Amino acid sequence: MNSTIKKATRHTNQNEGLIFEKSSPGKRAFDLPPLDVPAADPARALGGHYRREGVQGFPEVSEIEVLRHFTRLSTWNYAIDLGMYPLGSCTMKYNPRVNELVARLPGIATEHPYQPQDLSQGCLKILRLLEQCLLEITGMDAITLQPAAGAQGELTGLLLIRAYLQKQGNPRKKVLIPDSAHGTNPATAVIAGYEVENIRSESHGQIDVEKLREQVTGDVAALMITNPSTLGIFEQRIPEIAEILHAKGALLYMDGANMNALAGVVRPGDLGVDVMHLNLHKTFSTPHGGGGPGAGPVAMKKILEPFRPIPILVEKDGGRLALETVRPDSIGRVKAFSGNFGVLVRALAYILAYGPGIRQATEDAVLNANYIRHHLEGVYELPYSLPSMHEVVFSDALQKKNGVNTMDIAKRLIDYGFHPYTTAFPLIVPGALMIEPTESESREECDLFIDAMRSIAQEAADSPELVKAAPHTTRVRRLDEVGAARKPILRWKPETPAPAPLEHSAKAHSKHAMDTPVGPTA
Amino acid sequence: MAYPAQYRYTKDHEWISLANGVATVGITDYAQHELGDVVFVELPKPGTKIETGKSFGTVESVKAVSEIYAPAAGEVLEANGELQNAPEKINSDPHGSAWLIKVRLANPAEVNALMDAAAYEKFIAEKGQDASA
Amino acid sequence: MRYLPKSPAERQEMLAAIGAKSIDELFSSIPERFRLKRTLQLPGPLSESEVIDYFQQRAAENSSGYTSFLGAGVYNHLRSVVTDAIIQRGEFLTSYTPYQAEISQGTLQAVFEFQTLMCQLTGQEVANASMWDGSTATTEAVLMAERITARQRVLVARSLHPEYRDVMRTYAQNSGLAIEELPYEKTGTLDTGALQRALKDDVAAVVVQSPNFFGAIENPAELAGAVHAAGALLVVAITEGVSLGLLQPPAEADIVAMEAQSFGLPPSYGGPFAGVVASREKFIRQMPGRLAGQTTDSEGRRGFVLTLATREQHIRREKATSNICTNQALCALAATVHLSLLGKEGLREMAHQNLSKAQFALGELEKLPGVRRAFSAPFFNEFTVELPRSVKLANAALLREKIIGPYVLGTAYPELTKHALVCVTETTSRAEIERFVAALRRALEQPL
Repeated sequence: MNSTIKKATRHTNQNEGLIFEKSSPGKRAFDLPPLDVPAADPARALGGHYRREGVQGFPEVSEIEVLRHFTRLSTWNYAIDLGMYPLGSCTMKYNPRVNELVARLPGIATEHPYQPQDLSQGCLKILRLLEQCLLEITGMDAITLQPAAGAQGELTGLLLIRAYLQKQGNPRKKVLIPDSAHGTNPATAVIAGYEVENIRSESHGQIDVEKLREQVTGDVAALMITNPSTLGIFEQRIPEIAEILHAKGALLYMDGANMNALAGVVRPGDLGVDVMHLNLHKTFSTPHGGGGPGAGPVAMKKILEPFRPIPILVEKDGGRLALETVRPDSIGRVKAFSGNFGVLVRALAYILAYGPGIRQATEDAVLNANYIRHHLEGVYELPYSLPSMHEVVFSDALQKKNGVNTMDIAKRLIDYGFHPYTTAFPLIVPGALMIEPTESESREECDLFIDAMRSIAQEAADSPELVKAAPHTTRVRRLDEVGAARKPILRWKPETPAPAPLEHSAKAHSKHAMDTPVGPTA
Repeated sequence: MAYPAQYRYTKDHEWISLANGVATVGITDYAQHELGDVVFVELPKPGTKIETGKSFGTVESVKAVSEIYAPAAGEVLEANGELQNAPEKINSDPHGSAWLIKVRLANPAEVNALMDAAAYEKFIAEKGQDASA
Repeated sequence: MRYLPKSPAERQEMLAAIGAKSIDELFSSIPERFRLKRTLQLPGPLSESEVIDYFQQRAAENSSGYTSFLGAGVYNHLRSVVTDAIIQRGEFLTSYTPYQAEISQGTLQAVFEFQTLMCQLTGQEVANASMWDGSTATTEAVLMAERITARQRVLVARSLHPEYRDVMRTYAQNSGLAIEELPYEKTGTLDTGALQRALKDDVAAVVVQSPNFFGAIENPAELAGAVHAAGALLVVAITEGVSLGLLQPPAEADIVAMEAQSFGLPPSYGGPFAGVVASREKFIRQMPGRLAGQTTDSEGRRGFVLTLATREQHIRREKATSNICTNQALCALAATVHLSLLGKEGLREMAHQNLSKAQFALGELEKLPGVRRAFSAPFFNEFTVELPRSVKLANAALLREKIIGPYVLGTAYPELTKHALVCVTETTSRAEIERFVAALRRALEQPL
């Protein structure tokens, strides 16, 4: 077996310990300007509250050590800036750099949420314009930009539904959730005070509309749908689904995680969706930053508008904008201040760069996904054959015959210079491989990905052990997650000795020569 | 691993054994094999009342949480304290030292309705797995 | 479009390769009548310089050129340029949640360092990888106490940030939590008599903020005894983390919920920030949020992974206890870099400058006729003053002199009719403090 990995090559990569391990009393990395008022006596001012000895164990290092420390750490990460993340439903697209610049402008980054609203018209105009753009994109009537993340947007959406139904006299008991849904959906429903009832997908992976008809009773508050579904397939009967719910006084909630397949092409509001959240860190390019921050605005039809969380953006006489907090029907505040403003700025910058041409991004995303699907069909099993939109779900059924599963394939993909796709989700596909390239990938990157996946499939057939022991070329090999969970070590302690300098073992070293194809482990 | 002849078994892969009116409950070798490496166990306190067929605790692996269902009703007398520090015992000795709880049964006759070792082995064989690891 | 790496020819080739005649074919699963026939009405497209222009124009319509004395949960502190140099590196900025540990060791080690710093600051044993902000962290701390104690009553100091209390109420409305507020006494701290009367064996948690919303420093050590005797947990919220450079950490608290904005995150009109929940090791499985743990790889090297993931909602689904999926990784990273730069002595010095400037400002303000400090407890960088007349009117006059005056307490605390919360940090110069006091003098001297 001889595989040639085209996208990645090994390279000398710096080691680095913990910042605390470089610490030595007397080193400083930052100076303050001198104190220009009389020095307070902390013992006198604070009495027993005075922390005489400072923060024990806090690092004491120099500026260059801090810079090198974090720079070295950064080189251990994969990132969009390096290449594709084929992660299904994550929409890992390009994070435009101009967004970083505008979010940091003096007069944008410096504003205090409690400063007079007359001195915040610039901020409020940004919020207003973003609201208007997102309403146009979603086809909804009203919106809140408050929620800090998709999960918080989901909770806000359900609380809106609850408040609306409560106002009519009965909040009802249940929320219906498809078995293909992301775990945040049922978790959120429970936190919103509802019971979860599962609704099964039919043989094509779509919601079983006939079953839905039976399940929607007067006890059902809402159905939480993801569209396209987590299989990347458009729920073709969504207008019917909306009608069934509305006929019984229930509402349709849409998880907007997959908006990257819809923006500019179709509007959820037009399909009968009553309320939905958006993930600005997915569809609208705000950076993931290693796991946050994000933002999860919630767009809704008019009936839910009175219940929006405070503060509410309003336009007053003369065009002056204001944030208001007196709203008797509001569900209340979901977080302090007014949303993740810095994230909202970035999303608006993205929309302004595209303008109406945002449809092109959606089209390219769907084109890329279908291109990849076409070239991997037959190489990996395709459990559901309906057309894919912006993502495609395969399974590991063919590779399982040799004992190679989706996790193994994902880890081997790392050796090929890619981040893995989403493994083992959705749950309705055992051994799932969920692939979403986004529009940010060139044909060249897509072709490299296809090559890699085909090569790994071949390896799974010819030398499965190679795949099962992957990755082979990373700084660390597979990590002991079991040990980490059984005996959690969640912080550095001064008495813990630093490990010996990280050295490759002799065995590992022999196969880590540069520029040779990676063969089976020694 | 063999399934002790004197135990009884549930469809949810718990085992129960009776001695002097006190029942001991655990999960089977099949269950631990399905779970993978166990990292944590959550068990009820002594005095807790458990109901037949209802969950009384959980067993966790790195990526999954499994409920444990009561084979019969009763009051918990003791929970196996060793499992807090050594949850891996469930993987190595699920039928012996990794028992989960001891229970005073409300109705000991309930146990007779459960599968015996032969029936359980047949049950899991039909699930397409080899019964003896 | 510059963000799209395809030429028209490439699109055609790719369509041909998959046997599609047009891109519209790929959308055929959307019922025809719903597919948009018009282009969306959106502003743009803008070139890069036009995007920058748009935001520069908005920036000019805000508060540039004004000096501010606002705190109240969001603080102006010095930040090093090194912080942005690090967090703008693409490997940090554009990386995903570190589920694939082998190619995320940079993020994971930084998170582990963050968790360590938060423990060191708060005197707690474990800390999570961050939550959305201080307000949701405080709410999560309360929910955590509810799970641990299996009780539903929560006693919350009125001197906890008003918006933090609002958020808690929003979350409590569906969870069966009963929230009661406890008054403050004339020192500005929690009314311990009222606490004693309210403490029964049905209380899950007692929540105080320190320094509290009035700037007064609470006494967690003194409160802990009574709280624990009732079988409840003590939750301490911290909105101004720089205070921990000079103040004893609330080590007696069972759970600390801290806002990390003061550690290198700009005010940014209210977000994004980062909250932290820190607690005892024995409560680790009830703790919300992500956790990075140290481990070894198959060849014995030290490495880091996300751990105890079974607490999280994507595994527990309907049995989840929290629905927080993200942490605020990049914000937490900024805090980690910032605190590493400040270090032990830098943080202490920064805290000392805050204390000194606030003391100085109070001294100058008390020279004004009719202006006095409202509460007597020790304070850090915020304090409450009572003015002889309406704060709103005084602030209007200050605005004319390009000064954003202190926070008006009367809105959230109607009994504090003429009270203002003044915040002074190391970023406020002596000259600005003196100018503020002089302007306030003029404002108070104006005829009504």
